[in-house]
Amino acid sequence: MTLAAATVTAAHATTTTAAETHGFLSPTGVEIAFLLVGLVTFGAAIVTVTTKQLVHAALWLVVTLGGLAVEYLLLTAEFIAWVQVLIYVGSVVVLLLFGLMLTRAPIGRSPDADSGNRWAALTVAVAAAAALVWVVVDAFRTTWIDLGDTAGGAAGSTAVTGASLFQSWVLPFEALSVLLLAALVGAIVLSRKTKTTAAAATTPSVPGTRSDKADQADADQADKEGAR
Amino acid sequence: MNDALDVALRLVIVFVVFLTFPLIVGQTEHKVMAHMQGRLGPMYAGGFHGWAQLVADGVKFAQKEDIVPTGADRRIFQLAPAVALLPYLLVLLAIPIGPGEGAVGEVIDAGIFFVLAVMGVGVLGSLMAGWASANKFSLLGGLRTAAQLLAYELPMLLTAASVAMAAGTVSLPGIVDAFEWWWLPWQIVGAIVFFVAGLAELQRPPFDMPVADSEIIFGAYTEYTGLRFALFLLAEYAGIVVLCGLTTVLFLGGWHGPWGADGLGWVWTLLKAAVLAFVVIWLRVTYPRLREDQLQKLSWTLLVPLSLAQIALTGIVKVVIQ
Repeated sequence: MTLAAATVTAAHATTTTAAETHGFLSPTGVEIAFLLVGLVTFGAAIVTVTTKQLVHAALWLVVTLGGLAVEYLLLTAEFIAWVQVLIYVGSVVVLLLFGLMLTRAPIGRSPDADSGNRWAALTVAVAAAAALVWVVVDAFRTTWIDLGDTAGGAAGSTAVTGASLFQSWVLPFEALSVLLLAALVGAIVLSRKTKTTAAAATTPSVPGTRSDKADQADADQADKEGAR
Repeated sequence: MNDALDVALRLVIVFVVFLTFPLIVGQTEHKVMAHMQGRLGPMYAGGFHGWAQLVADGVKFAQKEDIVPTGADRRIFQLAPAVALLPYLLVLLAIPIGPGEGAVGEVIDAGIFFVLAVMGVGVLGSLMAGWASANKFSLLGGLRTAAQLLAYELPMLLTAASVAMAAGTVSLPGIVDAFEWWWLPWQIVGAIVFFVAGLAELQRPPFDMPVADSEIIFGAYTEYTGLRFALFLLAEYAGIVVLCGLTTVLFLGGWHGPWGADGLGWVWTLLKAAVLAFVVIWLRVTYPRLREDQLQKLSWTLLVPLSLAQIALTGIVKVVIQ
């Protein structure tokens, strides 16, 4: 959703050809910063998937996602940058760390956590990256997008993003909400189903209140996931 | 040059506030708790009613040896206090205390999102501390911290969204500018939910299950000593300052007072925040600690539905008055 919104705001800003007004060989400070932050983000992403320590991987993911937020900021998309921090760093990574600590998070290396699909994963990642870069390059080519110069303030400010999201792009937005709702209901249904089968399996062997409590805990868990 | 000086001055002022206000809240807590329990509290340090007690405590912490446990993940263990403390400094930059651009560290377009996003990052510090200490009690504390954050982040966001809807802007000064006195009854449910969820996010009593001393010693901070431990404590009190300031700005009208917002508006902001800080201390002395399941239940079965109802009410009233 964030990506879609970013392109939305970009498309609304005034566009000219880069070669006419701005040379590629005389970068501004913002462009240099953008490139450097991009390199740091890329490096952190590489470390995230190559480090042997599970919790370190999650913490490097924080650096990666934070770097992306800084990139959004440099593109004047302030609103999207803060939402990125709020959702990904504040919630997704915390959920990830919670899951790691709850199951298995030894200090130091965990060699058995390595996947055998290393090469398949690398192929998929490179293919996905190539496709994305190709699409973006082919879509914009040498178009120069002036970010600070639209009617309602800087492109990517909250007002401009909100207006374009709820005027031009309201149908995709609503479709996405329905999709998320479906995923949410699906999660609840799945967790309920495992609960009933688990209860059926354990009831004959484990008598008394023990399984009732477990059921209650499962139901609570399902409610939490649902509400999130 | 003048701009650079202006920015530097603002940063220095915010930094000084960041260093002094948490200490003032801490000292008030000492005295208020003592008097509520029929004691005197600190009386000797500094002469007048023990005003310098926390300064003395700071000196004490600085003198203690900084120990990293052998089994700990050294770098993450040492980094954790900074991750816990710095977000509150950043948030303080965005909280306006008076009308106009002169009374806020930095005007941020999407202020609410900035503040809530950065506050959420602070909890990563507790998680890192809990995991890196190589201690079972710390890990349990870290887990409880994470569970608590996941539960209480949602009502906090929803109620903040309700105010943003009412004001029609997500900028913090913009929200206070749009404030009218009748917003107080209109948004009162949201205000209470926001304040309670904020208390839970700071792990203040009665929501201090993650640091419950009778069960898990001091949760994620068990292994810390010296200055790093003091930094965690400072983060808690800076968190109180930030929470009270935010609640004042979002729900209590900030610098609006009975005699208009001009001139002494910032006094109103500070006064309201101080009253809220007193309530935070009062709650600590009054209520017993909530058990883990009661804590989760309170959020999911009470606060989330209440905040959704508040959003619905805000939407209806907003449509009717337009």
